[in-house]
Amino acid sequence: MTVTEPKPSYKYVGTRPVRHDGLEKVTGRARFAADLNMSGQIHGIVVRSPHAHARIVSIDTSEAEAMPGVKAVITGDDFPAVEPGHRQYDMCINVIARDKVFYEGHALAAVAASTRDQAQAAAAAVKVTYEVLPAVLTIEAAMAPDAPVLHAHMMTAGADPPAEQPSNISNVTRFSSGELDSGFAQADLVIEREFTTQPVHQGYIEPHACVADTGQDGHTTIWCSSQGHFSVRSSTATLLGWENTRIRVIPAEIGGGFGGKTTIYLEPLAVALSAKAGRPVKMVMTRDEVFRATGPAPGTKLRIKLGAKSDGSLVAGDAYLIYTNGAYTGSGGLLGAMTVFESYKIPNFEIEALDVVINTARSAAYRAPAAPLTAFAMETMLDEIATDLGIDPIDLRIQNAVTEGDPSTMGFPFARIGFVECLEAVRDHPNYKAPLGPNQGRGVAAGYWFNIGESSSATVNLNEDGTATVVTGSPDIGGSRASMALMAAEELGIDVHDIRPVVGDTEAVGFTDTTEGSRATFATGMAVVEACRRMVVELRGRAAKMMGVDIDDVDWVDGQAVYTGSDDEKAPLSVAEITAKAKRTGGPLTATGSLEAHGAGPGFAVHVCDLEVDPETGVVRVVRYTASQDAGTAIHPSYVEGQIHGGVAQGIGWALNEEYIYDSDGVMENPSFLDYRVPVASDLPMIDAIIVEVPNPAHPYGVRGVGETGIVPPIPAVANAIHSATGCRIRDLPMSPVRVLGAITSNGGSNGA
Amino acid sequence: MLSAMKYASPTTVAEAVDLLGYEPDARVYAGATDLIPQIRAGRPEPTVMVDLKRIERLCAISGNGSNYTVGAATPTADICAHAGLTAAFPGLVEASGLIGSDQIQSRSSWGGNLANASPAADTPPSLVVNDARAVIAGPDGERTVASADVATGPGTTSLGPAEIIVEFVLDEPPARTADAYLRLIPRTEMDIAVVGAAARVTLDGDGRVAAAAIALGAVAPTVVRAPHAEAALIGNEPAGDALAAVEAAAAAATDPIDDKRGTVAYRRQVAGVLARRAVSIAAERARGRGGQS
Repeated sequence: MTVTEPKPSYKYVGTRPVRHDGLEKVTGRARFAADLNMSGQIHGIVVRSPHAHARIVSIDTSEAEAMPGVKAVITGDDFPAVEPGHRQYDMCINVIARDKVFYEGHALAAVAASTRDQAQAAAAAVKVTYEVLPAVLTIEAAMAPDAPVLHAHMMTAGADPPAEQPSNISNVTRFSSGELDSGFAQADLVIEREFTTQPVHQGYIEPHACVADTGQDGHTTIWCSSQGHFSVRSSTATLLGWENTRIRVIPAEIGGGFGGKTTIYLEPLAVALSAKAGRPVKMVMTRDEVFRATGPAPGTKLRIKLGAKSDGSLVAGDAYLIYTNGAYTGSGGLLGAMTVFESYKIPNFEIEALDVVINTARSAAYRAPAAPLTAFAMETMLDEIATDLGIDPIDLRIQNAVTEGDPSTMGFPFARIGFVECLEAVRDHPNYKAPLGPNQGRGVAAGYWFNIGESSSATVNLNEDGTATVVTGSPDIGGSRASMALMAAEELGIDVHDIRPVVGDTEAVGFTDTTEGSRATFATGMAVVEACRRMVVELRGRAAKMMGVDIDDVDWVDGQAVYTGSDDEKAPLSVAEITAKAKRTGGPLTATGSLEAHGAGPGFAVHVCDLEVDPETGVVRVVRYTASQDAGTAIHPSYVEGQIHGGVAQGIGWALNEEYIYDSDGVMENPSFLDYRVPVASDLPMIDAIIVEVPNPAHPYGVRGVGETGIVPPIPAVANAIHSATGCRIRDLPMSPVRVLGAITSNGGSNGA
Repeated sequence: MLSAMKYASPTTVAEAVDLLGYEPDARVYAGATDLIPQIRAGRPEPTVMVDLKRIERLCAISGNGSNYTVGAATPTADICAHAGLTAAFPGLVEASGLIGSDQIQSRSSWGGNLANASPAADTPPSLVVNDARAVIAGPDGERTVASADVATGPGTTSLGPAEIIVEFVLDEPPARTADAYLRLIPRTEMDIAVVGAAARVTLDGDGRVAAAAIALGAVAPTVVRAPHAEAALIGNEPAGDALAAVEAAAAAATDPIDDKRGTVAYRRQVAGVLARRAVSIAAERARGRGGQS
């Protein structure tokens, strides 16, 4: 760990206790959504489109309804109509198609029956008549002048002048600063490069699953795995046209989300089936459904031009970014525009980013959405500039790195950030200078993610025995329960294992936004600290009553109420002593914290990748990997390291092998983990994580979100290392053996440096 | 869906063959590591699943000094743990150990791997270079065929409707003989061969190649031999120009396809590379086996 600034000495924060939910998980006792079963439960199956683009002429459910065991069949007609312009139009018509299907796997009906087999048989008996439309499968095809338009209402948002005809370009984002032409005129070196990337899936191990039980009172309870059960509630309510209060969502343990479980697919269908059948309905996706109909992160086409002076300073940047978010409006382009130049001081820049719709599944968030792809382009080009100018790649980045006070792309000045510290940590690590073997190469790359705050609530309840329960609304997707308990332990002075961190359901805790944007330990942690500080005030008051003194003469020190007045010495009171007398001093001890968190500190990371390329087969093996990241303050260092390891693992998979493969009709060809190749354990080296701590001034413990930044640098780090090993610059993902061998075989050709 | 199927577990070869005779839609399985995923992926369900693992003869390994007999349903985990097979056929045993995961290894078998007739299967190229004969039982009794003659194309075999592979017979290799198997997968494990290459080499007393067999997987509808590559080795030391000739001839022997796992050009090029490397490894092993008979 690299500590860059002196920090207070903490008793609990920064230690590594066993996580509270750990034993349950490693023994298999933890209950994920598919583990839940209700008395009287029936099973729901989704009917999905075999076509990538088609008009639904008719759906005949009569045969399915008459089949054995069938209790309910629903179609889009069972949900309120939605029109373009509706707040969640895309989500509504994605969960269940109305007049058109937009991708292979698009849900258009659902069946519930006594057994899953019966439901599957009935789903196959739903007769759908389609008018098959030409499928638009690539960015080029979507932007062609005569392209079939997916959505007749889609007028490009942000277009200047305003769009007059509908098209497949959903929005345009533009940012600029300085004067581009004069910027490039100052440059001694100008390079312009193009990149392409394919959609990739988040690859969570747990398929989407839920159980919904709708009662005759018109209220429903949903048990499901998600990153945000409040969002499941509101989205489900929107689809059904219900009030939020009719829906209670109880979070199950989550088997991976990585952004992909910030949206919904099954829950409204399960509720509607349950309402129709009068029974609890369980729905569990197969892996095939997960690949075809959920997830992916966008595919892209990126073109960037950079200008640098011979001393290495960047003077101009021009970025043209196209993201495809599948068949619907998305934010890939916006997020790409916000991240592409964000890490470096570039006085003159222009960014134009487009979001384009094509006939593939609706994209969902994936760990630092859009940023790994802009980093792939930007960080490989910086590597090229460093090579061309004969400057060490880390020195080049230090020279151009943003620091406190520098403007971000959108013009806001950065607060205290740790980018330079992360660069120095890698530069000073033995990995950076270690000798390389034959056919080995080393690549360096940096990454950035801005992180977010949003709404969080927490309740701290002190138990009769002096232990505490901390209830928050943040599903724990990466160890956040341990973080909450550690911060509460530090505040209250209670041992971390005497604190039970709990994720409360939508009716048990205040509103809390989804666990996304690396916000849980930051924002929900702030709510926990706020609740604990209120609790400390309450504890001092109770102790003062017990001591018969004024509250102002009672301090809270190391988990004890200590009398500081001038009267006779009084014995300090522990939490347990105070809670034992709670009935006589004012009743139960409970405190809440709820807030809109601001000041999520940006996260920076710098990675160095050593790999070996088999020059005769193009197979790449990563042999050593070191990753630094600014965590602000690591509340539980093991889970910060875990987040870094996870981001690196996913990023290496994205770099080397992961991609959606479609046939010419838009049918996905690799909807299984056999041919959609996430890395297996033996594909990865041990990953050396360096936690840099440059505290975030906006958080009581200095926390910065750590969940996402770690996936940003691996793709360019791998690409730069492949160049170092082979002399080939590969600018298309994935860098699979076929592509690497092709580049080596034609080295000096189109892929040459 | 695995809903309405019957399950049968015969304990003798005759019983299994009888069952297949009167249940035309029955499917035999040795480990079901291919069959179950195929049904889950939507292939038609058989009426009866016939489990061959209860037939003792199909799960037995025996050796008599001149040859080995290996039951067709013997788990590859047992094969990999067998000292005699590992010493005699290191490449074939390596190929056996590459199928699936550790868990799959307790189910997967040579018979299933061959009869499933995937062009990318790992053990058939090694069975071919070691001249493994498949003993096949059917309504008309037993017959023996070369393992190269079992698969006839992707998913198709020369087996009759009521025939099963009972066991494989392999001769103990002569002196200065060894085999090797290499496969190309994008990952390190849990994957399907993009290219597979098996080689077996017998050296003479001077270190020249006296006999050679090279078979390639995943580069044609069935396992293909590379006769010109084999011929290029005979009488030569397995080095230099001879190996270059192996690489070129092996690449030329392929008839690959473009698919999601690889391209024609890639498979052809890498087939040559892996054939050359497999020959080198086999020859290196053979050099250490002068004293063996």
